[in-house]
Amino acid sequence: MNGFPLLSLITFLPVIGMIIILFLPSSKVKEIKYTTLLITGLQLVIAVFLLSNFNYTSSGIFNQSTFQFVEKFRWIEITGLSWLGTVKVDYFLGVDGLSMPMILLTAIISFIATLSSWNISKSIKGYFALFLLLDTGMMGSFVALDFFLFYVFWELMLLPMYFLIGIWGGPRKEYAAIKFFIYTLFGSVFMLLVMIGLYFSAQEVLADGSKVFTFNLLALMDQANYTADGILSPFNPNNLRMVAYIALFVGFAIKIPMFPFHTWLPDAHVEAPTPISVILAGVLLKLGTYGILRISFPIFPEITTQLAWYIGLFGMINIIYGALVALAQKDFKKLIAYSSISHMGYVMLGMASLSTVGINGAIFQMFNHGTITAMLFLIVGVIYDRAHTRGIYDFGGLASQMPVYTGFVTVAFFAAIGLPSMSGFISEALVFVGAFGVETTRVLAMISTLGILLGAAYMLWTLQRIFFGKLNEKWSSLADLDKREYLMLVPLTVIVIFLGIYPAAVLDIMNSSVNELVKFVSTGFQNISISGL
Amino acid sequence: MDLSNIFNSISFIKPEIVISITLVLTVLFDLIFDKDKKIIPFIVLAGLLISGYFVFAQLDFSNSAFEIGNQKYGMFILDSFSNYFKVIILLTTVVIVFFSTNSSEVIKTFDRSGEYFTLMLGMTLGMMFMVSASDLILIYLAIELLSLSSYVLTGFTKTSDRNAEASLKYLIYGGVSSGLMLFGISIIYGITGTTNLYELNTLLQAANVNLVTLGFALVLIFVGIGYKISAAPFHFWTPDVYEGAPIAITAYLSVASKAAGFALLIRFIKTVFVSYTDVNGSWHLIGLFDWQTFLIIISILTMTLGNFSALTQSNLKRMLAYSSIAHAGYLLLGLAVLSDQGLLAVLIYFFVYMIMNLGAFFVINLIANKIGSENIHDYNGLGYTSPLLGVSLTIFLVSLTGLPPTAGFIAKLYLFIALVDANMIVVAIIALLNTVVSLYYYVRVLKHLYLTKGDENTASVIPSFQGKVIVLALVIPVLLFGIYFSPIVNFAQNCLTILVK
Repeated sequence: MNGFPLLSLITFLPVIGMIIILFLPSSKVKEIKYTTLLITGLQLVIAVFLLSNFNYTSSGIFNQSTFQFVEKFRWIEITGLSWLGTVKVDYFLGVDGLSMPMILLTAIISFIATLSSWNISKSIKGYFALFLLLDTGMMGSFVALDFFLFYVFWELMLLPMYFLIGIWGGPRKEYAAIKFFIYTLFGSVFMLLVMIGLYFSAQEVLADGSKVFTFNLLALMDQANYTADGILSPFNPNNLRMVAYIALFVGFAIKIPMFPFHTWLPDAHVEAPTPISVILAGVLLKLGTYGILRISFPIFPEITTQLAWYIGLFGMINIIYGALVALAQKDFKKLIAYSSISHMGYVMLGMASLSTVGINGAIFQMFNHGTITAMLFLIVGVIYDRAHTRGIYDFGGLASQMPVYTGFVTVAFFAAIGLPSMSGFISEALVFVGAFGVETTRVLAMISTLGILLGAAYMLWTLQRIFFGKLNEKWSSLADLDKREYLMLVPLTVIVIFLGIYPAAVLDIMNSSVNELVKFVSTGFQNISISGL
Repeated sequence: MDLSNIFNSISFIKPEIVISITLVLTVLFDLIFDKDKKIIPFIVLAGLLISGYFVFAQLDFSNSAFEIGNQKYGMFILDSFSNYFKVIILLTTVVIVFFSTNSSEVIKTFDRSGEYFTLMLGMTLGMMFMVSASDLILIYLAIELLSLSSYVLTGFTKTSDRNAEASLKYLIYGGVSSGLMLFGISIIYGITGTTNLYELNTLLQAANVNLVTLGFALVLIFVGIGYKISAAPFHFWTPDVYEGAPIAITAYLSVASKAAGFALLIRFIKTVFVSYTDVNGSWHLIGLFDWQTFLIIISILTMTLGNFSALTQSNLKRMLAYSSIAHAGYLLLGLAVLSDQGLLAVLIYFFVYMIMNLGAFFVINLIANKIGSENIHDYNGLGYTSPLLGVSLTIFLVSLTGLPPTAGFIAKLYLFIALVDANMIVVAIIALLNTVVSLYYYVRVLKHLYLTKGDENTASVIPSFQGKVIVLALVIPVLLFGIYFSPIVNFAQNCLTILVK
């Protein structure tokens, strides 16, 4: 098991696919599509294989020996000059309970999104090549354990996403694409600065006993590695850790997207083609919260405990604000986009509780939101493909016209509301249990319950407006789902219901890692002065 | 200066001698082969390669040449720092020779190709002396040699009023700023009685100079250098000249001429104003003139002006002119750290900047050959009809923005490493925000290439075999050094030595 570089394979398989596609002539539409399907299918197989070989008790987080499928070798080594020391960057991949569910999610969503891309008609070759490049960026970000590597993968996603929205998007695609690009870059330049600051604050001890500055995330989590005078070192009485934490947090928050950095999301979603919306909501948003859990929490534990309430506060604002704005939408897709903002708020609330239950709920919510929202965007795509409009008020009475479709919609909507026996219920319940259980977030959790009510309101109201009432004669010729659409929606429905009944399937994967993370954050860095800001 | 000194010194200027001989040969061949001048570019290339060989042969030297009287250090310095820049200048010149033979506007004038390449070699020679000069007089002469050749080349094609305007503007700006610089030099001479940089260092450490006079003289000298590197507020000529000149010359000015200017500025500061370099690599200045604050202000001004002016440009050459101003700002920031880390960042940045900027100009050149325009609105949909050029230009522009996995990211990374290590956080943030601004205008080009629909007249630009090879030879390093950057960093680390007392 340890010999074969499975994680490199799952990460770079799409790049191989991209190269194959680039060599195919653009007239071979079918071959291009099936290559992509094959690649994402293989990715899914590898992801399942990883899961089946995953050790559920191995906790990961800060200890390299408890990470699984680890690949680590020296990527860059520049034996340097006295003042810069040796510059070294590791190619360091590994999986623990935090990243395993996300890898699974990425593989599932990429596969479904490929199916959903079937009726893309413009520049097919370019589309699938960029799609696969995006896939590599996402997968790489989830498996990277070196900050430098993480940053490279993180930035790698920007350009494909810009083109995918900008070329294949709706009427205001150019605006939406550049807005997405600039917002995200704005966030990531701060991440870059924090990354460099951390680099100069901690030294990893190598096997031969020498000390070198490091980008290794695990080494950065060890208090003992910090130098006495590094600007982000906890031992430096004038350190800037608080400022750095906020800067890093903003970088991730833009991706979540957290209020008030959320304005790019509705534009991007509305303009993006369906499969890209699926990817965006299903995977990309999770990178924000994943980054906070993987990087911010364990590297800045003492600041995390200090600022947890604020994270919860912004989570609460996201929940209520997203839901209220969703209530006012007349565009089906925009409504789902704002519901996404609301649902990501639960993730933040759960994280802010810093309790095992809350964080378990948060990660589970990330997974569920990925599948449920993917389903919702597919549903919007189905109706938009047929009717070429997304106005909620343009429809009505579709239930009689498209009964099967309505069935899937009802499942997805109920899952999004958090109806028991659906996966969304479990994760939201865990988030609330976690947040109630802790003094800091209790009040926030109480207010946030309002979000559930609002969620039910906008979802049910939308269901009523589109599917019930009198059928608009204009739509009397709409066909129900075809085979390909079944193929996209059925697996997601199965996952949503299965995890509602048997949540342990995912919860068990992360449990020991979350325990470790909570313990690590609550113990924190000891005997240090917190200053700055 | 006795004769043996001169003979000893000559061995140190072999690369420059080779360039001079090539220059003469070019003139001769121009006269001999009156009808068919195809051979001239090959002679130039051969000369450049031989000169490059000599540069590499003496890469690690640390010598001074042409001492006058009992001077310890002469007016010409040969150290690895100067050789690094000579490598950049020679490489750029090689690319520019290919550039010229692939540029239709230059080819039209190839009945005068002898003059063209002679002038180009004149520029090369001037730049090579600039990076090695350690005497104010030689510095001035080298700048003039570079400038006079480039004034002519700017207006060489004589195809439009724009061309003539650029040349005249360049001449007037150049004349004024070099005049001011000469004034500054004469004041320095008046204060200290020497023009040798090393003696200046000794005298300034010991003597009690009037700060106001010295500061005045330095600002005047900086006008001359700032004009060469197009630092604000001496950058006003740049957009007009870059837009008016033939693209090959624009590319040459934006890379090589800027490199020479920077090398000169760095050597001037390091030799004259640094008393010693400590073990951590920081330069300790003679506390006369606050170079750090001065450079930080200039660099922030330069990058901000450059980036914000570039936002609204629709002529690509003009946009890249402003972008090159912005890059000069980042580079000045590296120098403003006043440490070996900063110097390393500048060296790495220059190498990367050379590749990506030449690449961007080269692609624009190939497109302009075909469609006869550099206007961004004529680029609509070109990415689909000309896939290789579209993708290459995308990579060059992404690299200019500084996103991974391109070499531009590595350059920016080392710059910010130097800034953070020196605790210049606020300045680093300003530079990073500037990067975000720059994204907008670089991506705007991509928007026209791919997002905006072209009409049925959209040209399909398929470069010649030679064109393809050159594009690939520039694209591949951009990607390769983005993923594996040890070679550049190692090369730059080996070339940090500036000969000091």
